[in-house]
Amino acid sequence: MDLPTFLVQCLNAIQYGLLLFLVASGLTLIFGIMGVINLAHGSFYMIGAYMAFALAPLFGGQFILQLLAGVALAAILGFVLEWVFFSYLYQRDHLQQVLMTYALILVFEEVRSILFGNDVHGVTAPPWLSGGFSLGGLMTYPVYNLFASFACILVAIGLYFVVNRTRLGMMIRAGASNRDMVRGLGINIRLLYRVVFAAGVALAALAGMIAAPAASVYPGMGGQILIICFVVVVIGGIGSISGALIASLLVGFVDTFGKVFFAQYSGISVYVLMALILIWRPEGLKSKGY
Amino acid sequence: MTTTPISLSVAQSPRRGLQTSLPPLAAALLLAALPAFMSSYGADLALRIMVYAIFALSLELLVGATGLVSLGHAGFFGIAAYVTVLASGDNAAPVLWLLPASMLAAGLYALAVGALSLRTRGVYFIMVTLAFAQMAYFVFHDTPVGGGSDGIFLTSRPVLAIGGATLLDLEKSGHMYYMALACLAATYALLAMVLRSRFGHALAGIRANEQRMRAAGYQTYYYKLAAFVLAAMLAGVAGFLMAAKNGAVNPELLSWHESGGVLMMIILGGLGSLRGAVLGAAAFVLLKEFYASAAIFGAFAERWQLTLGLTMILFVALMPQGLIGLARRFRRSPEAHHAH
Amino acid sequence: MRTDARHGQPLLQAGALTRRFGGLTAVRDVSIDLHVGELHAVIGTNGAGKSTLINMLSGEIAASGGVLKLDGIDATAWPQPKRSRAGIGRSYQRTTIFPQFSVLENCRLAAQAALQRPWRLWQPARDCAHSVATAREVLEVAGLAGFAERPAGSMSHGQKRQLEIAMCLATRPRVLLLDEPLAGMGAEESERMLSLLERLKRDHAILLVEHDMDAVFRVADRITVMVNGEVIASDTPGNIRANPDVLVAYLGDAHEP
Repeated sequence: MDLPTFLVQCLNAIQYGLLLFLVASGLTLIFGIMGVINLAHGSFYMIGAYMAFALAPLFGGQFILQLLAGVALAAILGFVLEWVFFSYLYQRDHLQQVLMTYALILVFEEVRSILFGNDVHGVTAPPWLSGGFSLGGLMTYPVYNLFASFACILVAIGLYFVVNRTRLGMMIRAGASNRDMVRGLGINIRLLYRVVFAAGVALAALAGMIAAPAASVYPGMGGQILIICFVVVVIGGIGSISGALIASLLVGFVDTFGKVFFAQYSGISVYVLMALILIWRPEGLKSKGY
Repeated sequence: MTTTPISLSVAQSPRRGLQTSLPPLAAALLLAALPAFMSSYGADLALRIMVYAIFALSLELLVGATGLVSLGHAGFFGIAAYVTVLASGDNAAPVLWLLPASMLAAGLYALAVGALSLRTRGVYFIMVTLAFAQMAYFVFHDTPVGGGSDGIFLTSRPVLAIGGATLLDLEKSGHMYYMALACLAATYALLAMVLRSRFGHALAGIRANEQRMRAAGYQTYYYKLAAFVLAAMLAGVAGFLMAAKNGAVNPELLSWHESGGVLMMIILGGLGSLRGAVLGAAAFVLLKEFYASAAIFGAFAERWQLTLGLTMILFVALMPQGLIGLARRFRRSPEAHHAH
Repeated sequence: MRTDARHGQPLLQAGALTRRFGGLTAVRDVSIDLHVGELHAVIGTNGAGKSTLINMLSGEIAASGGVLKLDGIDATAWPQPKRSRAGIGRSYQRTTIFPQFSVLENCRLAAQAALQRPWRLWQPARDCAHSVATAREVLEVAGLAGFAERPAGSMSHGQKRQLEIAMCLATRPRVLLLDEPLAGMGAEESERMLSLLERLKRDHAILLVEHDMDAVFRVADRITVMVNGEVIASDTPGNIRANPDVLVAYLGDAHEP
């Protein structure tokens, strides 16, 4: 493998890893704080992608505005969903949560089918982000993909800032270690949960919106990314955002280079990685002990 | 609120034992007589229900009896189905070694997967089992082992032959039906026996309080692994039957939709009860038929996933004890606690 | 019996047991010996490390340092199930019976651990002569024989605590680690439990963690006092009562020597 190809694959790996991180961080936050396993989390990613498809004609070329609008819509959706559905899941056991969120996936899939049909759609990148970036030789790398990675890094930094440097973040971290204590301290736990859930949905949807121009928009995308996110969370440890970041990048590299070296068997490379981690450290790389 | 099992082990008198065996026996007889007065569509539906009932029973051992929530059970179902087709070749293969072979394949994968998955608990376990099933899915979907996303066809269906005489030819729908019925009866009887045994009681204890069992001296990891492998092998029986019935296999048999579906079946019927598993499988298949029926719902029948999903949400929310739980509430017998 | 007489080699010997949780040292350098025929009580304020100590002795958590010997054999690395089968039994402070099962089944299941034979799938568990006989025996000892078929969850708190002890006995342990067996019990029930303990003392080595001082001074042959994870005194009850460090650190001046 020559250097430009290697670089391209590295960039692909990082991009995929960062996108995964966005989705996985939402998943791990929601489970870490509220103790809810949400199978429908992948559906939010899909919703984001389809939103990009639906909003594109409305916003013309105003890409950044479109992203912000999408995030806002997703956050509102998350807020409402938590209120009418997910808040009832907190007291239930894992099995019930699995079943109800699985049933929710079926509902989402069908609604999407009604609104957008079952075809594969494409979303074009805005003009100022299209085109390629020369990497020496004949290799070019899409500008949009670089933008995607850049956007994810910005979000990751923002996430780090909020979680570690704000009062909200402090409440989140406290809630992750000791739910009852936070309640006992008189913090409006209902509102906190609603905000965290909305943030999780927004993160996943944002990832979907960013991914849409680079990948395609298709029916099974929610399920696919969910399972990979589960692998990320198992490797990184539940409740740990830094663990999710490390694990996401690890998965990104294993998957990307797996495709390069193992072609047909690449689909299983991520799971082999998971199996190895299970042999070595079953509780995850940086678990908070769930 | 929790999905606590409604059946638990309490000593039974032999007379009571006969009493509780009656309904399953009656159901078996009814199923045996069904083809005589039902259309071929009805018999085919009953056949599908029986295969899924075996699948549901196998998961009941894992989730209901041992408390291990697996979201990857379809992996074993699908592996057995694929092995059935792959090992069949061009001529009709004998059931006598094909069925055990597919069960063994499922069991071996379960041994490997279980050994690793059982190093985790709770929500991790759910995610890991899902991931390993997905891994098997990709093996059959992407690699040359399977036939890609279209799957593979069974050239000729298995036969049960002793000496030169062909006793059972699964090509014939009648034989297929009774083969499935026999397997269902055998699986049910086996599980009833297992749940009554020392092993079964130990599993019930592990489900109730694993730490306490360890404190008493049980090496719970091995018990759980044994249950995991046994459940996988029984799912393999269902997989074999599915392959023989359809004459084809495709990767979707290992999908997480299949895993989610079978999980729904045992909740629908009522967790912690073998009858519940069978009932739930029947209810789920019938519900799906109902919602997908264009005759009743017209164009909206296409959207059966939506109606099914909403139904399940309401069901889990309002009736977590399942159909059996509903029946128990009507009978209201205080000592009717058994895993039958 | 409150003599100083020791019956030969200790059955359970714990030497310099230490347990750290991150930066916190919950138990530091605790050594304790348990002899058959002797009831050794461990007392201390909340947070003194008593529960952590019992958890380390039973094998529920691993020790960060120190040695554990059972009958002279190094059992430090043994996981809990192995220690249990070797004869170390424990009861829990928070009742951990199986409320859904019958009282008899609770004990039978515990007794089954000694002779598991899980491969005998054709035989119903209730026909297991060994475990049923053991269960009936311990129920008799614990005074619960009349409740055998009742669902364990339907009993009173005191009866559940008795069942807790019965389950512990069902594994036929030689060492009993009892974590506050009298917790939440009334006077009559406590009396029954104490006479049971006095009977059990004869053939077992007992470690008793308790807060009820009257009970402790009545049945204990030896008392170890823990404060902040360390042992500050270990002696006969009479000497402990007179020990000035103990009085200051734990008993307070309300208790007269």
